[in-house]
Amino acid sequence: MTTEAIKTHAIDISALNRGSKTTNDKFDPCITVQNLNLFYGSKQALHGVNMEMPRKKVTAYIGPSGCGKSTLLRCINRMNDLVDGVTIQGKLLLDGEDIYDKNVNVAALRRRVGMVFQKPNPFPKSIYENVAYGLRIQGINDRRVLDEIVEKSLRGAALWDEAKDRLNDNALGLSGGQQQRLVIARAIAIEPEVILLDEPASALDPISTLKIEELIDELKEKYTIVIVTHNMQQAARVSDFTAFMYMGELIEFGETSELFTNPAKKQTEDYITGRYG
Amino acid sequence: MIKAWFKSGLPWIWMTAGAVSINLLLVLGLVMLIAVRGLGHFWPADVVEYHYKDRQGQSSIIIGEEVDESLLHKTQAISAGLEVLNGADYLQQYLIKTGNRDILGTDFRWIQDQYIQDKSTPKDLIAVERREWGNFYGRLLAVKQNGQVIAEGAKAWPVAQELIEKNLQLFDEIDHLQKKEMGSINYNLERLRLKQRALELKNEWNDSNKQEFAKRKLAYEAEYKVIQEELLKLSVANKCCSLVVSEAGGREISIPLNRVIKLTRPNSMSALDKSIEYIKNVIAFISDDPREANTEGGIFPAIFGTVLMVMLMAVLVTPLGVIAAVYLREYAKQGFITRLIRIAVNNLAGVPSIVYGVFGLGFFVYILGGSIDSLFFPEAAPAPVFGTPGLLWASLTLALLTLPVVIVATEEGLSRIPKSIREGSLALGATKAETLWRTVLPMASPAIMTGLILAVARAAGEVAPLMLVGVVKLAPTLPLDGNFPYLHLDRKFMHLGFHIYDVGFQSPNVEAARPLVYATSLLLVVVIIGLNMFAITIRNNLREKYRALEN
Repeated sequence: MTTEAIKTHAIDISALNRGSKTTNDKFDPCITVQNLNLFYGSKQALHGVNMEMPRKKVTAYIGPSGCGKSTLLRCINRMNDLVDGVTIQGKLLLDGEDIYDKNVNVAALRRRVGMVFQKPNPFPKSIYENVAYGLRIQGINDRRVLDEIVEKSLRGAALWDEAKDRLNDNALGLSGGQQQRLVIARAIAIEPEVILLDEPASALDPISTLKIEELIDELKEKYTIVIVTHNMQQAARVSDFTAFMYMGELIEFGETSELFTNPAKKQTEDYITGRYG
Repeated sequence: MIKAWFKSGLPWIWMTAGAVSINLLLVLGLVMLIAVRGLGHFWPADVVEYHYKDRQGQSSIIIGEEVDESLLHKTQAISAGLEVLNGADYLQQYLIKTGNRDILGTDFRWIQDQYIQDKSTPKDLIAVERREWGNFYGRLLAVKQNGQVIAEGAKAWPVAQELIEKNLQLFDEIDHLQKKEMGSINYNLERLRLKQRALELKNEWNDSNKQEFAKRKLAYEAEYKVIQEELLKLSVANKCCSLVVSEAGGREISIPLNRVIKLTRPNSMSALDKSIEYIKNVIAFISDDPREANTEGGIFPAIFGTVLMVMLMAVLVTPLGVIAAVYLREYAKQGFITRLIRIAVNNLAGVPSIVYGVFGLGFFVYILGGSIDSLFFPEAAPAPVFGTPGLLWASLTLALLTLPVVIVATEEGLSRIPKSIREGSLALGATKAETLWRTVLPMASPAIMTGLILAVARAAGEVAPLMLVGVVKLAPTLPLDGNFPYLHLDRKFMHLGFHIYDVGFQSPNVEAARPLVYATSLLLVVVIIGLNMFAITIRNNLREKYRALEN
């Protein structure tokens, strides 16, 4: 147990270099969480979370199972609205606007904040129609426009070369990793500002995982990315900022290199060195 | 030992396998029974000539088809007033279809084996299928035209066949003129009358449209006259000839040729000839109109009515059931009330169908139909248009009857769509309604089809409610024809299930009707299977398309 934990820690540090490059950039918050409390019925799942996530950077949430990291992520595109009996207090600002304001159009918000889920969930339609789905929702049915965006999105998700000859095949015929990239393509087709990734690689094999991670690295050029992961090496490899959560509370948030090499809190250190969780 | 055997679970396997086998045997037995009894009817049976010497010692000749036999014990026979000769223990009887109802009064007669002196199948015996009075059995003597014998003896047969062929064509023409042409003109005249009445009711009946209507009426009447003359000519040509035949007793009878549908000599037919005749008979049964209080001829209107009614039912029940299920599953807040509604819906499926019939008659026909009539068809009064049982109300009643099945199946399907798919769609900025339309409902469509399959299976076999809301023994016109608006939802129609009941139990000629009951039952089963296969094919295609649920 301990030897394994030490190994993990060693890999973490070796993977940090990429993240630390960004240290000098000016901090430009895209998403601001202000004193956010969330209740499932009477059970409180998030306790007064405060956080600022920078634009066009990758922010990772880590923490043990059930610590509220997915819940927090799903607050950002209001996916929690679908759960019965959820109450949310506090503010969550996207570009300075409170997304929990009464006048916010949730569908429009979700167009700005795309999301990729743990298990690939392509629709049982053709690859082409999967990518075009969000566009058709917006009433874009011009074949030329669609063709162009579908190609661009599939290229953006590094799936074009594998999928270009079978665009009209059912998306369920793709492998798990390809499906997950298709879902990413589907998300970027509607050009969101933010992409939320909820453990996007946890159901995939190592090679597919690697491809997804490379993709995340490319995507942050254009999008603000928030990723939930169980895998600390992954957080270390792909993210610029990391938030460690525990029991519904944000314990520590900071630059990934800082958090992994020199955690401020004892709990964080215990977790990343594998002493619990 | 036994205990170990019980413990091994083998008896359980045997028991379950046994239950399945019994089910299969029952179904197969049922289908076999109606298939054999029903399909056997169309085989051209031999015509047998019996020399018969009855109890009183009177000799007679009986000609007919042997359709059934029975073996009576002597006590039974004696108590039935029969006599058993030579101290035999059993009495063998045959049921003979003697036909010739116009002469003998009945079609069928039981004869006792012990009185039969001689039994033969002479090749010159004929069977004549007639439009009236059932079959005729006997011998062909001559063919007459306008009272003159034109062929006799051996030459009569080919001449008769040729003339029958011609006559059938004539008959078809007459039938076409009467039903299609004249029917269409009558229909238009009736519409004209209704229009005039409507204008009168609105006080818009003035000189200008009076003239206009008179002109149109004249045009129709002129058309009518032309057709009438043509008809007259045809029917004169049709009436010219007759067959001279002799019946079993030797009496000579003349059968007008326009009454003859088919003239055959079953005894001189080869197996191949009989097979061809058999296929012709089956086709005629499926494609012809019924005759003689439904005991003869075909059942095409009943097949047509059944299929059309079921399809209309499917068209009505699907949107209603799906929409209700979508609300219950997707929009309604799950709780006590939705649970209550679900229980109510499930219980609706258990309500006896005749209750739906009564409801259909009371609500749809009288209240809804009556209101439609007084609002939209005041000119037709006092004759009802929709205020009387008809196709629309029958379909609606059955749609109501099968609604629970569709709702339950659709709900089942909706609940099986993975949450991840819905979230995927919502995360792309789709609203709930868009998600439903574009993703959830298409994925639930196989389940909806399953509901529809069950609904069709139930609706096609339902008879009781239909007797109250639209089915009749004999409908003069099909609910779909060439007259605008083509689909006549207000018309009454025929139905296979009711036809079985009517032919089997309301018919004056029980013996003649019995094989038809089997044949019609078989056809009803075939129609239901056909409708189901059609729906199952669609469902399987949909399943193939939306396979996501499997992984």
